[in-house]
Amino acid sequence: MNPHSWLSRLCGFACAGLIAAFSLTGCGKSKSSITLAGSTAFQPFAEKLAEKYMLINPAVNVTVQGGGSAVGIQAALSGAADIGMADLVNLPPEAEGLRSVVVAKDGIVVVVHPSNQAAGLTLDQVRGIFDGTIKDWKQVGGAAAGITVVSREAGSGTRTSFEQIIGNVRLTDNAIIQDSNGTIRETVANDANAIGYLSHGLLNDKIKALTIDGVACTPEEIMLGRYRLVRPIFLLTRSEPKGDLAGFIDYMLSPDAQKILQTSGLIPAK
Amino acid sequence: MRLSGEKWVQRALFAVSFSAIGGLLLIALFILKEGLPFIFNVGIENFLFAKKWEPQAGLFGILPMIVASLWVTAGAMIMGAPLGVAGAVFLVEFTPKSVMRVIKPTIELLAGIPSVVYGFIGVMVLAPLIRSHLGGPGLSVLAASLILGVMILPTVISISIDAITAVPNSYREGSFALGATRWQTVRMVVLKAARSGIVASIILGMGRAIGETMAVIMVAGNAVKIPHSSLDSVRTLTANIALEMGYATGLHRQALFATGVVLFVVIMILNSAASAMVKNRMGGRK
Repeated sequence: MNPHSWLSRLCGFACAGLIAAFSLTGCGKSKSSITLAGSTAFQPFAEKLAEKYMLINPAVNVTVQGGGSAVGIQAALSGAADIGMADLVNLPPEAEGLRSVVVAKDGIVVVVHPSNQAAGLTLDQVRGIFDGTIKDWKQVGGAAAGITVVSREAGSGTRTSFEQIIGNVRLTDNAIIQDSNGTIRETVANDANAIGYLSHGLLNDKIKALTIDGVACTPEEIMLGRYRLVRPIFLLTRSEPKGDLAGFIDYMLSPDAQKILQTSGLIPAK
Repeated sequence: MRLSGEKWVQRALFAVSFSAIGGLLLIALFILKEGLPFIFNVGIENFLFAKKWEPQAGLFGILPMIVASLWVTAGAMIMGAPLGVAGAVFLVEFTPKSVMRVIKPTIELLAGIPSVVYGFIGVMVLAPLIRSHLGGPGLSVLAASLILGVMILPTVISISIDAITAVPNSYREGSFALGATRWQTVRMVVLKAARSGIVASIILGMGRAIGETMAVIMVAGNAVKIPHSSLDSVRTLTANIALEMGYATGLHRQALFATGVVLFVVIMILNSAASAMVKNRMGGRK
């Protein structure tokens, strides 16, 4: 084959391919899109609500990302996401300019492997374990074994809330750090000597929740104020939400959506 | 007419190659621009040689991360380099060509497995094994080294095979003519002749091991402390950047860029040391 015509055919195909690719990107634009980013504790529930919302409202495309509460605040501030999700006891000073709405409340459970003999800890014991002064399970009612502390990274809302409520905790240097609530659950489920903390909504039967000062993490105890490891989940937007954004936020606060959150283990915003 | 056509092709190719190099240069310059001011600000001793990494308190010591990266990479090389080179030698010298024609593409396919899959296997299978048989939390230097060792195998084997196959057959024939056995030939003639290619494959493997992020985050445990044994949890330089970049602002963000600068420098030192070693041994032949 004549090398010149082979080359020009190749160029022709490449150009046609590029034009086709560019024209197809236009197809996505007829839908409006909403992005949420931030708290990994709320992420699975946001995804569930997003799916339901997209069934009711096919003209809107909702995507949910994780990254941790600090990422949620940064994303809302910079506009990288339309809604930032943050699960914090108090919003930090950099979130001052953002509009916030509480979508749910969530308890933090301290979890261990199901085979662990300890059934409950006092707040002081939890503090001692996480700052490294208590190193062995036999000091707190389990079998003799070294404690493996599992924690979140510094930007996590769950971690910030946990350390704030427990008070005076400087995480031990030996702590294993994982980057989401889900990976903490997997790490604790795979290690008989591990202890970690995660969102109450993410409990399953591969891990065991401990009572704190004799109080278990249930919605009733949280309502009564006896279980203290609770924080609200905020939805943050750069300005007053309008249009599709307001529609989605209203949906998340509607009784139907709050019912879904309640059956999944979160506590409704009211 | 054809001469001017050639000039255009030359210019087009120059533009393409320049844009590739230019892109790399821009990335390097950006990282240096963001990271160097921080290093001059905080001081090298407080950054490279300090042991506490607590961004909230203004402490940015990355010594534990540097030690972790070096230890994990060394472990990966101990595991991956001998296995890789031995595998390449076996495949080229001691198996028939038909076997090689099937196996080599398969190994190159293995190089395409995403690192997150390796990390997943490490978390689900390797870490619990280490925890139950050797102790410690399981998510450790050892787990990271083993996973990285397996990840660099396709790179090392593939390039070593190319290097060994490139040794002319006349070398082997000459050695046989002198009465050497096949293993003696391999050991004393072929490996020496293929040395620069094999070293290149090991350098590439080392580069991949140092730069690996996802798999290491999943299996190394990410504790910020200097490891005292292979069973301790560690956080490498790459894991540190990936875990914190999403939300770091101000000085913290600059510190992460400075960590990138450190990675850059470490990789350049390793590469130059390795190529200097090749030049020395070869006596300037290649």
